[in-house]
Amino acid sequence: MSIVLCRVDDRLIHGQVVIGWGRQLDLQRVVLVDDVVAGNSWEQDLYRMAVPDGLRVQFATVDDAIAALPEWHADPTKTAILTGNVHTMAQLHHAHAGAMHRINLGGVHHQPGRHERLPYLYLTDDELATLREMAEEGAKVTAQDVPTAPAVSLGSIR
Amino acid sequence: MSDALRGVVVGHGSMAAALVDATERITGERGVLVPVSNTDCDRGALEDRVESAVGAGPALVFVDMAAGSCLLAVLKRLHDRSGVQVVTGVNLAMLVDFLYHRNEAPAEAARRAADSGMRAIKVP
Repeated sequence: MSIVLCRVDDRLIHGQVVIGWGRQLDLQRVVLVDDVVAGNSWEQDLYRMAVPDGLRVQFATVDDAIAALPEWHADPTKTAILTGNVHTMAQLHHAHAGAMHRINLGGVHHQPGRHERLPYLYLTDDELATLREMAEEGAKVTAQDVPTAPAVSLGSIR
Repeated sequence: MSDALRGVVVGHGSMAAALVDATERITGERGVLVPVSNTDCDRGALEDRVESAVGAGPALVFVDMAAGSCLLAVLKRLHDRSGVQVVTGVNLAMLVDFLYHRNEAPAEAARRAADSGMRAIKVP
C-alpha cells in the first residue's frame, strides 16, 4: 500500500505536510485533490514553491482522483493524498475505501458553524457526523497535526 | 519622494510579533511595522489578515519563508496590487534598515531590504 497518508488540511500544501509528515513518512509524492487548484496553473506554481526537491506534487480534481486512486494505491511511490475539507475526503473514501482507510485530520480552522474540537480542528456537526460514518465504514480516523504530536482518536472528539 | 511605505511582517506562529517587537526596541520607532501571524486561521482568513494589515497604500510585505502558507496567502491576495512589494526571508537587520528608508519606491525598498538582510548573514 503506497498511499501512506490521507490528510484533511485546509492550508493544503504547507510546511507541516511537506516537511513534518514528508520527512517522517519519507514521502515521494503529494497529490492535492482540489477542483479549484486543479484548474488554476498559477496557483499550482505557488504550491510547487512549497515542495522540497525530491518530492513530486500532483494536482487532481475529485473526479480525476477517484479514477486514479486504484493506480496510486498499487504504485510503490509513497504518496500523500491531501484534501482541503472533510467532504472531499469522504468522496474519495466512499469511492475507494480500501485505499483510503487511515484518515488524518491535520488542520481544519474556524468558519461560521464550526465548533472547536481541538486547537487545530474546528468541525460542524455535519462534518463530525460524516467522519463518524467513514469510521463506521472501516476508516481509522485520527487527528494529528504533526507526527510528533499524539494522535487523537475520532471517538474522543466531541 | 514616494509616500512612506508601511511595513507588514508575516510569519508562522509568533515570529512576526517577536521581530516587530525587537525592531521597535532597537530603533524606538513604534507603530510602523504590523505583524501578521498564520496561527489559528485557514487560507482565506490568513489572506484577510494580510490584506487588512497592508491597507490601501504602498507597502513592503516581509515574509518569513520563500514558500509555505504565509507566502501563499500574501501572493494570492496581493499579486496584482500596485505599490506593494514582497520580500522573503525576513530578518531583524532588514527590518531595522527598512525603518530608515521607508520613502523609497516599493521596488527599490524591496531590493534594499533583500540586500541588507543578506549582508547580515555571516559565519563570523
